[in-house]
Amino acid sequence: MSPVALAWRQFRFERRMFWRNPSAAFFNFALPLIFLFLIASVFGLNESDREILIPGIAGMSVMTTTFTALAFNVVFLREQGILKRMKGTPLPPISYFGGLIGNAVTNAFVQVGLVIAIGHLLYSVPWPHDWLELIVFVVLGVVAFSSLGIAMAQLIPNFDSAAAYVNAVFLPMIFISGTFYETKHLPAVLDAIARVLPLRHVIDGLRGAILPNQGLTSHVEALVVLAVWCAGGVFLAVRYFRWE
Amino acid sequence: MSEAAISVRDLRKSYGPVEAVRGLSFEVARGEVFGLLGPNGAGKTSTVEILEGYRDRTGGEVSVLGFDPQKGDLELKQRVGIVLQSVGFYPRATVRESVEQMAGFYPHPRDVRETIALVGLDGKEDQRANRLSGGQQRRLDLALALVGDPELIFLDEPTTGFDPAARRAAWEVIRSLRALGKTLLLTTHYLDEAQELADRVAIVKDGRIVAEGPPSELSSRRSSYRVTWLEGGQRREIETEDPTELLHRLTGEALERGEQLEGLTVTRPSLEDVYLELTAEEESAAVSEPVVRS
Repeated sequence: MSPVALAWRQFRFERRMFWRNPSAAFFNFALPLIFLFLIASVFGLNESDREILIPGIAGMSVMTTTFTALAFNVVFLREQGILKRMKGTPLPPISYFGGLIGNAVTNAFVQVGLVIAIGHLLYSVPWPHDWLELIVFVVLGVVAFSSLGIAMAQLIPNFDSAAAYVNAVFLPMIFISGTFYETKHLPAVLDAIARVLPLRHVIDGLRGAILPNQGLTSHVEALVVLAVWCAGGVFLAVRYFRWE
Repeated sequence: MSEAAISVRDLRKSYGPVEAVRGLSFEVARGEVFGLLGPNGAGKTSTVEILEGYRDRTGGEVSVLGFDPQKGDLELKQRVGIVLQSVGFYPRATVRESVEQMAGFYPHPRDVRETIALVGLDGKEDQRANRLSGGQQRRLDLALALVGDPELIFLDEPTTGFDPAARRAAWEVIRSLRALGKTLLLTTHYLDEAQELADRVAIVKDGRIVAEGPPSELSSRRSSYRVTWLEGGQRREIETEDPTELLHRLTGEALERGEQLEGLTVTRPSLEDVYLELTAEEESAAVSEPVVRS
C-alpha cells in the first residue's frame, strides 16, 4: 500500500478509536460549546457581542481539537509505548502521523462548522461572508496548532502532568486572544503578546470571514504571523520528536 | 542464502560515560533460535534494541537480514517481528481490530483469525485490549509481532508474567515458529526457557559475552554429575566426574543392608548453575569505592 493509502487506513482507525473515548470527545466537542452557551447567557450578550463571541469560540475550537488534543494524545501514545511499537512496524511515520493529525483536523473542521451553525441558528449571527477566508484561516490554524501540539508533547514528561502543561499555554492564550471579547480593551503589554501568538490571528481571520470585510488582503499581518508559526511548529515537531 | 540472519561484530554502546555494551560479537544463523541471557543491566536490552533499530550504536558493525538497522529501512521492518516488554496497545481497540490494523502494515500478512488462534486468544477477539489480563496482553503482543509473517522475530522476555500453562503454550508457539524456519532472537530471565527453546545461547555480563554455545554444552562444561540421596534422614551429596562407580557402590551397600536407597537423584549441572557461576558478582569488587567530593 502507498503511504497515502496507509495514512487513510490509519485515519479511519483513529476515528473509530476517538469515538470510543468519551473524555476525548468531551474535550473536543463539548468544552467549547459549554463556554459558548455559558458566556452568551451569563453576560446577556447583544448582537455585536455575539458576533465577537462566535468567531472567538470557533478559533478556540481549532486550538482545543488540534493543539490540546494532539499534545495529550502524543504523550499518551508515548507513555503507553504505542509509539515505540509503531516505530518497529513498516508503517511509514508520515502515514502514522497523517492518520493521527487527520483525525484532529477533522474534529477541528467539524467543530468550527458546529459553532458557526449554532451561532447562526441560536444567536442569529450571519452565515460566513467569505468562505475562502474562513477556510484559509482554519487551515493555517490547524497546521500551526497541530504541529505545536506535537512539539508541546515533547516538553511534557508524562501523561499525569499533561493537563498542567497544556493549560498553562491554553488558558492564558484564550484569555488574551479575544476569544470572549474584543481585544481593543487589552492592556498594551498583553496586546503585544497576543499579537505575536497564533490564536489571536486565527480568531481575527475567522471574524473577518464571518462579518462583511475587505477580504484576505486586509489580514496580511495575521497571515504572516500564522505562516511563521506553521513553519516554526512543523520544524519543532519534527526536530524534537521522541518515540519513547 | 547462507548469510547469517544477524551478525554483530565488536558492538559498542555508551550512554554518556556509561559503557553498556563493550565489544560484543555473535552471529545468528537463519532458522536458528538464539538466546541472549544475562542479569539486568548486562547490556542485553541495549543490544537487542540496536538490532531492532530503536537505538544507534556507538561502535562496531551490525547486520540484520543484510540491512543496517540504524538506517530504519521499511523493507527490513517488513521482515522482522518485535515482541517488546511493556509496549502498549490502543486501549480501546479489540483484539481483532488490533491484529487487523497491524496486518495492514505488511505486504504478506498471516491470516488474522489464524494468528489470534495461534497465540491462544480465540474467543477473546472482541475483547478490548485494556480489558485483557496481563498474560493475555502478552499473547496479543505475540500476535501483533507474528501477523506480518516475519522471517526474523525478536522476543524480549516473551513469557514474563505467564502462568505455567500459558508459558507452555507460548513455548509451543515458539517451537512451531522454529519449525516454520523462522529465526528467533530471544532474551529471557528464565534459564529453563533458554534451555528448552534455544539452539544456542550467549551469556552477557557487563556488556560482554562470557559464554556462548548450545545450552547442553554450556551446562556440561563443568562436566560433573551431582548424586544425592537420603541416608538416615540426612541428604547426602557428592559431585563426581563419573557416577558409574559411585552408583554401583551406593546401590550395592543398600542391597547388603537390605534397605532401599531413598531419594536418589543423579543430575547434570543445569544451564542455571553455569549461568549463576558465570554471572556471580564479585561482590567486593562490585561495591564501588566511596567517591570523595570536594
